[in-house]
Amino acid sequence: MAYVSVKGGERAISNAHAWLDEARRGDTNVPELGVAQIREQLSLAVDRVMMEGSCYDPDLAALAIKQARGDVTEAIFLLRAYRTTLSRFGASEPINTTKMSVARRVSAAFKDIPGGQILGPTFDYTHRLIDFGLSDDKTVPAAPLGDTPVAEHIPAIASVFAHEALLEPAPTDADDGAEPYDLTRQPMAFPAGRDQRLQALARGDEGFLLSLAYASQRGWGNTHPLCGEIRMGEVAVEFTPEELGFPIEVGEITVTECQMISNFEGSAESPPQFTRGYGLTFGHNERKAMSMAIVDRALRHAEVGEAGVHAVQDEEFVLYHSDNVEASGFVQHLKLPHYVDFQAELQFVRRLKKEWEEARANSDTSEFAEAAE
Amino acid sequence: MTAALSLQDIQPGFADPVYDAQRIFRRLMDAMARPGRIVDIDADIVPPVPGLEGLSAIALTLLDFETPVYLPRGEIGEALSGWLRFHCGCPVTTDPQEAVFAILSVTELLPISAFNSGDPKYPDRSTTLLLACPALEGGKHVSLTGPGIKEAAHIAPSGIPDSFWNEVMGDRSQFQLGVDIIMGTSNAVIGLPRTTRINEES
Amino acid sequence: MKNDVSVEVESSAIAVRQRAHGLIAKSPHEMVRDLFDRIENLPNIKQVRPTDTGLIMVRGKVGGDGARFNLGELPLTRAALRIDGGQVGIGYVAGRNSDHAELAALADAMVQSETWGGVLEEKVLVPLADAVRDKKTENGRKAAATKVDFFTMVRTRKEK
Repeated sequence: MAYVSVKGGERAISNAHAWLDEARRGDTNVPELGVAQIREQLSLAVDRVMMEGSCYDPDLAALAIKQARGDVTEAIFLLRAYRTTLSRFGASEPINTTKMSVARRVSAAFKDIPGGQILGPTFDYTHRLIDFGLSDDKTVPAAPLGDTPVAEHIPAIASVFAHEALLEPAPTDADDGAEPYDLTRQPMAFPAGRDQRLQALARGDEGFLLSLAYASQRGWGNTHPLCGEIRMGEVAVEFTPEELGFPIEVGEITVTECQMISNFEGSAESPPQFTRGYGLTFGHNERKAMSMAIVDRALRHAEVGEAGVHAVQDEEFVLYHSDNVEASGFVQHLKLPHYVDFQAELQFVRRLKKEWEEARANSDTSEFAEAAE
Repeated sequence: MTAALSLQDIQPGFADPVYDAQRIFRRLMDAMARPGRIVDIDADIVPPVPGLEGLSAIALTLLDFETPVYLPRGEIGEALSGWLRFHCGCPVTTDPQEAVFAILSVTELLPISAFNSGDPKYPDRSTTLLLACPALEGGKHVSLTGPGIKEAAHIAPSGIPDSFWNEVMGDRSQFQLGVDIIMGTSNAVIGLPRTTRINEES
Repeated sequence: MKNDVSVEVESSAIAVRQRAHGLIAKSPHEMVRDLFDRIENLPNIKQVRPTDTGLIMVRGKVGGDGARFNLGELPLTRAALRIDGGQVGIGYVAGRNSDHAELAALADAMVQSETWGGVLEEKVLVPLADAVRDKKTENGRKAAATKVDFFTMVRTRKEK
């Protein structure tokens, strides 16, 4: 069969774009949404788009959300596409979350954790009743201020265990000084190191990770950890430009960190202790950070001698399917023209059907003949 | 941590980094696609080392924080080092095996085997040698064959040490490993990618 | 080899530049611009590298204290300029605002100059340091107001 190229969609496409623009704007009697409004008032959507778009820029993420008509996955795609247009200056010094100015910090493991339980701006204790008052403009009273600010540096969960050696130590940098795996420069490869896994999970789809974490808790994954600590707040980002040779602070970003801890009964090599799963995200996103930490721990099954029989423990399954830009592209490409493929399939199925009918007709005759005998 | 640069006398780089780099890249691509052809590089910069305009423009185009560069020792190397670190953010290495690029003149050349020829899994991780010559003509003739060359090309860059072509031929005998070479003067370059076979003419 | 005194002088010079960088980068652009606008005579400047925007990869540590990993990228704008006295300033500021990065570079050049260091300190760095501290204090107090103050109910058992 000859390949026939199909043209003629251009006018239809450009008109579809025009209608898309109109649909995005909606009813023009309603005031247009400003990017700053999205940035300030839909800030958690902005945070999610920045993390999964792998680009910490609240204004750009807000603009992407506006352009995508609130479709977060589409906005993530836009941000990913934009970041490929910028050159890379280098990598930051690792952020120091123990120096975070915390807005929120809770532990489900230690009631009296040093530094205290700081709730911050959380949905956790709201009643999830629709607040009809929000449909009208109203002035929000300022949040109350405590007498003295919380401590500038709040110790991490590890410090609580420090005197007992009950918490596994974190892995340290490779001795050869190798740079951490970077999925934006190197293709996915297996077996994956923890650095590669954490980067993929950080960029991964929140919904996918949430479901995996949930499945893992319910028995499809062998982990039912406790939340050792969640903290959210601002950290400084330091970068050492080649021409300066010393690190400078280039700004502050908000991040959410989660430390999940689970029991480990010990092995011939390691004493019984608690193991850790780690989650870190841009912005305020606890659901993502917690899911990431649970999945991180589940993927470490081999290190702690757990049988890897569930999907969440299979790093190829998890890492190959966590990226929603890739997933969305592959699923959604199916609606693009497959006319030629389908012609071939059509012919194939027609031929099979004809053969099937012929075979059936023959067997009918022979059965009839047998019956007649 | 590397030492802070002295930036008091730093020379400017490209006037328009995006368009200048695109222009140089295009010409370099032509040079690599047509090995042996003398390609005008139209550098339009004032590098810290006079005479290195062509290769310096290529360095500004190709180098970044992920490409350690090997430079000659002494004054020339120091001047280039500060300038490249400032404009490209590239680390400077003293180990030719670690170098993704090396910028040298024919008088201070190391044996080709000192550089990285890549490894079988990643042959692309080899060193690209930017070699400054006094002139791209007037030296000993060699003929070139291989992809991008119809029948044979002939070049005669000057100032090339006697052992050089033999070393290059030896390096290329391990194809697909190999050091890619760009020879240049202040305004023109010749591309000698590892796919190009070299034959000395008597 | 450098002697101890020169190393010390060098490291304190670096600390002074780091402080200026941090204060400019962590403050909102409008605030920084406004403070510079209030200085009557600013040094003449000449760009030594066109201001441009790129990315850095932000890194975290496994478990918060372990090996490094790549988290996600951060847009960054950089500038480099030379002032009258010959000092070259470098600015790197998160975001895509060229003016913010150029002001950081200007501050970096001024802080290295005996002529301009004092003006910069008084007119820009001191007010920024105050603002950064006030904002930190306010956020810290908001957080403190949401700190849980546990108390235990004491059960008293009546004698039967």
